Amino acid sequence: MPTALASPAGPVLAKPSGLSLGVLLFRLRALIALFVLVAIFSVLSPAFFTEQNLIILVGQTAINAIMAVGMTFVILTGGIDLSVGSTVGLAAMISGLLIDRGLPIPPLGVALYFNVPAIVVLCLCLGVLVGAVNGILITRFNVAPFIATLGTLYIARGTAQLSNNGATFPNLVGRPDLHNTGFPVLGAGSILGIPIVIWIMFVFAAVAAFVAGKTPFGRQVYAVGGNERASELSGIDVNRIKMSVYMICGLCASMTGLITASQLVAAHPAVGESYELNAIAAVVLGGTSLSGGRGAMWGTIVGALVIGVLTNGLVLLGVQEFWKKVITGLVIILAVVLDQLQERLQQRLALKRS
Amino acid sequence: MSLQDKRQTTRQAVSNGERVVLVAEKITKRFPGTVALDGVDFTVYGGSVNVLIGENGAGKSTLMKILAGVERATSGRLLLDGSAVEFKSTREAAQAGIGIIFQELNLYPNLSISENIFVARELTRGGVVQHRLQEQVTSELLARLEQPLNPATLVRDLRMGQQQIVEIARALSQNVRILIMDEPTSALTAAETEALFRIIADLRAHGVAIIYISHKLEELLTIGDYVTVLRDGKLAAASPARAINIAWIIDKMVGRNVNAPRHRTQTNASDQPVLEVKNLSLPRAGGGFTLENVSLTLRRGEILAIFGLMGAGRTELFECLMGQHPEASGEIAINERKLRNETIRGRIDLGMMLVPEDRQRLGLIQKLSVAHNITLANLRRFVTSFWLSEARELAEIHAMIRSLSIKTQDPQQPITSLSGGNQQKVVVAKSLLTEPQVLMLDEPTRGIDVGAKAEIFEIMNQLAEKGLAVLFVSSELPEMFVIPDRVIVLSKGRVTGEFLHDQLTEEALVLAAGARQQTEHPITAQPSK
Ligand SMILES: Nc1ncnc2c1ncn2[C@@H]1O[C@H](COP(=O)(O)OP(=O)(O)OP(=O)(O)O)[C@@H](O)[C@H]1O
Ligand SMILES: [Mg+2]
Repeated sequence: MPTALASPAGPVLAKPSGLSLGVLLFRLRALIALFVLVAIFSVLSPAFFTEQNLIILVGQTAINAIMAVGMTFVILTGGIDLSVGSTVGLAAMISGLLIDRGLPIPPLGVALYFNVPAIVVLCLCLGVLVGAVNGILITRFNVAPFIATLGTLYIARGTAQLSNNGATFPNLVGRPDLHNTGFPVLGAGSILGIPIVIWIMFVFAAVAAFVAGKTPFGRQVYAVGGNERASELSGIDVNRIKMSVYMICGLCASMTGLITASQLVAAHPAVGESYELNAIAAVVLGGTSLSGGRGAMWGTIVGALVIGVLTNGLVLLGVQEFWKKVITGLVIILAVVLDQLQERLQQRLALKRS
Repeated sequence: MSLQDKRQTTRQAVSNGERVVLVAEKITKRFPGTVALDGVDFTVYGGSVNVLIGENGAGKSTLMKILAGVERATSGRLLLDGSAVEFKSTREAAQAGIGIIFQELNLYPNLSISENIFVARELTRGGVVQHRLQEQVTSELLARLEQPLNPATLVRDLRMGQQQIVEIARALSQNVRILIMDEPTSALTAAETEALFRIIADLRAHGVAIIYISHKLEELLTIGDYVTVLRDGKLAAASPARAINIAWIIDKMVGRNVNAPRHRTQTNASDQPVLEVKNLSLPRAGGGFTLENVSLTLRRGEILAIFGLMGAGRTELFECLMGQHPEASGEIAINERKLRNETIRGRIDLGMMLVPEDRQRLGLIQKLSVAHNITLANLRRFVTSFWLSEARELAEIHAMIRSLSIKTQDPQQPITSLSGGNQQKVVVAKSLLTEPQVLMLDEPTRGIDVGAKAEIFEIMNQLAEKGLAVLFVSSELPEMFVIPDRVIVLSKGRVTGEFLHDQLTEEALVLAAGARQQTEHPITAQPSK
């Protein structure tokens, strides 16, 4: 049946006013799943619940989580961004190029070298640029998001490969005489004993949750995903909102690219391949609706952690790579099925109380 | 012909062969936090028009959804021809001969009229859909409804009223014994309503039981045989229609006096024009014009109504004013400032605001809560430093809910849990929060009960007294006589009449609205004669 008969959607960001314990537990199912997984792996593998492994785990998760934060904005508007994996690769390669060769200026036959903060900023701008291209294709030329970003997926990946003819930029430590040392700190350094990567994830997630939940921009993102034409008539600049979410998504992806290159101290043109799928999986696991208009940022972070724990735990247990994929797939499907059940259960429980 | 005559003639046809076909016994339906129906009894007589009436949120649609298998009652039972039945889906109800026209349009915009009518019941031969046959049957149905639309037209290209006609045609295409019509005429004008009534009379003569819901009280007594009144989810009264009158209905459904909307005796309309439209024309795809050289002036503190038949171009006029038709030509000025390519936001900031006709598609964000829908169009107002101040938002939301008496348990509820009329009030509330100078309302009383209608008119009066300019469209002839200071009549995209309040007569309005109407042939791009 078309729209009018669809079951009433759960309130977005509504307060769980006086929810019964059962409903509350169900709402937090992603979080509970996370605890269950952690418990299982801790029992099965003594190496799992150690400080060292947990830091590795969160570090691995951070890469996906940062991408997924951007992806959440896009999916909330009812869109999708398939180009994030390639943007990761592009940002990594360009950071490698800028450190290794500098910015070549052919007419003068010289290359311009930047210091590391400038390189970081340039690469982030590049990610925003990729997002802007996506946004323009989607808003001005009316290309479906799936197709527009599929196109930029190839273009960005190709450009990443072209930047060094398909070869890796190795050993990105910079040279003191060029004042561009220090790049590895991003991936390996830590503040107050916690890796910088995790700090970055924290900041991205916190800012994103704030923006989505507490600002007019965030509210408008939900509105656009809920009903585009009604949003427009309410004075929301739908195109501006869509442009912005793809630019945010590009920014997050290029941050991920920088971190990956820094962690590896090298930039490989294939880096980030199929990362987009991990990001989408995290968003969906976190309870965000692919049709837009519903979801929350903290859910995405939990979703990314679930995937991170799964991957890490299964590796520690020595589970074969192929089985890992099967299990991850099952978990994703299970989560979405539970999501559907939740709505029904929630209604039934709420009825019993009244 | 007076209403009385019509009632006499319909009454006579009823006299024999009425029997109870469906009984709803002690139906209770609970939603989280609400009891929508509380032990309601409802009897449906065959070969009769069974009218159901009640305020917005009284539980009418909920009861109908239970009869049609959309929702299941929390307790109570249904007796069809004396034996208990339980429908788990609309399909099962349809098999038992129960059809429903939903209050909210329920069509597939991407499919054609005939595809919509036969959806899930396609006429096939050897597994292949017989499009020609379907279109032929559709044409016949539409002809019965006196709407000669092309069956291949996509539903998305139809106006609201035409979509409602398609809904009706879909229900008629199924051979039903019990036909539920939940506010079928809310987007129809007088002429289409007449056509529908003729069909209803015909069905009734063939023994079909009709359940009819409407907020247009005159209508109910014209065609009703039995009247059941719901109030706050309870059965308030039931009576044969011949024994009662409008005052009785209002008394049973509201339980208090509804003040007739007042006409502001001294209008303080100043000479200062707020909105000026000059020679506005909107070309139609396939030749001709949807709007042709429309000019009008709206002054501060004035209420101007636009009257016309379906397809007169009223909704399109509003769309042009909000800048949704870049192909339109002509001049629009607000406070003497000529509009060029302002976006909708730009126009809202200049003080224009539209309450659109189709609340589901254009008015509401279904996935947001009541609260978030109300504040959506003016979020800036609630920003402190960088974020939205929840406290300030809630204060305004509660003030709006109170002043428009929106029936909701908790503003954090999803908007879809409100009854149709209350959803409409939410759209109005959203528009008021933008503090417009020119408020445009497209059929603002669609689906709203008598009490709420009076409230909305009173709000319009108060806004005008505060110096706002109000522009509203309505197909309801009686509304033209109550609050507007001036009425402009549109017919086939042209201004064919303009009347001050004291010059108004029904004849003049109808005449002006029908001008040049003979060649009317909407949507299908046939060569105009
Ligand atoms: N899915 C739902 N969840 C919660 N409450 C609901 C739901 N559907 C309806 N209600 C509530 O049930 C009550 C009756 O609603 P219903 O739609 O039947 O009213 P109605 O008589 O058809 O009103 P209207 O004239 O405005 O169409 C309302 O208070 C409404 O808020
Ligand atoms: Mg209703």
